[in-house]
Amino acid sequence: MMMDESRRGFIGKAFGAVAAVGGVASLIAMKKTWDPLPSVMSAGFTTVDVSGLEANKLEIAVWRGKPIFILKYTEDMKPTDGRSVKVGDHYYSVMVGLCTHLGCIPGYENDRKMFKCACHGGEYSADGRQTFGPPPRPLDIPPFKIDGVTLVLGEEGPEYKAMMAKAGGA
Amino acid sequence: MAEFKPAGSMYEWFDQRLGIDKFVKVMMTEYWIPKNINFLWAMGVLLTVMFTLLVVSGIFLLMYYKPDINMAFDSVNYTIMQEVAYGWLFRHIHAVGASVVFLIIYIHMFTGIYYGSYKKGREMIWISGMLLFMLFSAEGFSGYMLPWGQMSYWAAYVITEIFGGIPLIGGDLVVWIRGNFYVADATLTRFFMLHVLLIPLAILGAIVFHFYSLRFPHVNNEAGEFFDFDEEAEKYLAGDKKNSKVVPFWPVFLSKDFFVLGFFLLFFFYLVFFHYSFAMDPINFDKADGLKTPAHIYPEWYFLWSYEVLRGWFFEIAGISGKSLGLIAFGFANAIFLVMPWLDRSPMVKPANQRPYFKYWFWLMIADLMVLTEFGKLPPTGPNAWVGFGASLTFLVLFIALPFITKAEAKKVGGK
Repeated sequence: MMMDESRRGFIGKAFGAVAAVGGVASLIAMKKTWDPLPSVMSAGFTTVDVSGLEANKLEIAVWRGKPIFILKYTEDMKPTDGRSVKVGDHYYSVMVGLCTHLGCIPGYENDRKMFKCACHGGEYSADGRQTFGPPPRPLDIPPFKIDGVTLVLGEEGPEYKAMMAKAGGA
Repeated sequence: MAEFKPAGSMYEWFDQRLGIDKFVKVMMTEYWIPKNINFLWAMGVLLTVMFTLLVVSGIFLLMYYKPDINMAFDSVNYTIMQEVAYGWLFRHIHAVGASVVFLIIYIHMFTGIYYGSYKKGREMIWISGMLLFMLFSAEGFSGYMLPWGQMSYWAAYVITEIFGGIPLIGGDLVVWIRGNFYVADATLTRFFMLHVLLIPLAILGAIVFHFYSLRFPHVNNEAGEFFDFDEEAEKYLAGDKKNSKVVPFWPVFLSKDFFVLGFFLLFFFYLVFFHYSFAMDPINFDKADGLKTPAHIYPEWYFLWSYEVLRGWFFEIAGISGKSLGLIAFGFANAIFLVMPWLDRSPMVKPANQRPYFKYWFWLMIADLMVLTEFGKLPPTGPNAWVGFGASLTFLVLFIALPFITKAEAKKVGGK
């Protein structure tokens, strides 16, 4: 009698273990089926020639489907340490153009030199710091590398790393 | 196997094999419904009919819709609307139906709150009902994205972005849900799957569970009166229909439901044929553009209240950003109705107008929801932002205060 009980118990546990392994394996497979495809992950570089840009006029490039704001500074606009980048003789803001609140695209107001997100009223300065409304942090900076007068989006250059080091310290 | 006698008729042949007689008794002719319930109790049947209409019209749309970012917009706005004979009809039934189904869900829900139908023994009905509300919300939202218009696209963008607010895993979670770094083809195809298969299946299961959970505590009534359903049913079956407090679901009670349904369907098809545009935002007739946000984004009317709770917090409080506060409030607003049976600590099952404190709470809550809905559609700038903040805060305060209000009420009534 004892023998039978323990045999049944063993078979029960063994069955449970097999089922658990199968269950976990299928959950992993399901999770990974939803992951972005390899082709999506690898389509990651965009190059922009910034030498021809007009000062105080917003240029929007596309990187990984996201709008990237590139703003050339006028002479009287002060560069910010850790948020402005010098390419050639001019300073620029390079930022992911998605409001850090819920991801709308803010518009640039040339006359007031600021970004305003119409959706929820968030406002940012020309270098992307939030100045009003619900956005919790400044506009994100995409990984970039400076190659002469071209900007390579998607690659982490020394200027980008220096900026991130500053942001980490802040 | 049981012994089967030769059947005398086709009906008998089926009855022997499927127990039709018994089934009809349990589901229809001996399913007892209280007599004193008003037209507000017909909403369940209305919702069942609406769901059926949505499934049928959805099947017809499914035959021509193409879940591909390059084809989706034209398959809806050209193929279905222009080419397919009566395609417009099925689209309008589907779009207006999706909107009206929420109107009826809200009436159904607030009827339950007004009459205390979530209390004492009816908790599972309430919970399964709220589960259905959440599933319908997911269904409505995933379907809204499919025509690939500007509002669809940005609604999908903003709502998926909400998951980014979850600490640590937020950023990766958003990419995982979208299947890309932005709302893209992968997002459209998976939302298509959710909308036409997974969520409808879950809804069907939840509807069956909702009906099942109703069978034990039975339907509440206008007076909130408790009585013995078996005893009342016996009276009815013995022929004392006048003194019995119950009637059978079929054919007696349903005749009343059909009457309400008749009026409802007149209203519904009036909307479908003459006012379908209220369910179609003009911005959604621009094709989705991931690089251009419409000036002003807002959801369909039935999500405005919770949208306003989300965006009502536009400044930092105690070091917590407006975004986080909004997300917390949004989570609270969407989960709090689920625990209504435990927030209401008064044992009284009575319509709100007979409850000394709850009646004020109820109408305040309705008024607050209306303010939230109204301001959810307006641009959140200047005074609007402050009204939105006030109404969002009021919403939280109302639900935090509910246990205290109802406890005090229980004491007052108990002391009578």
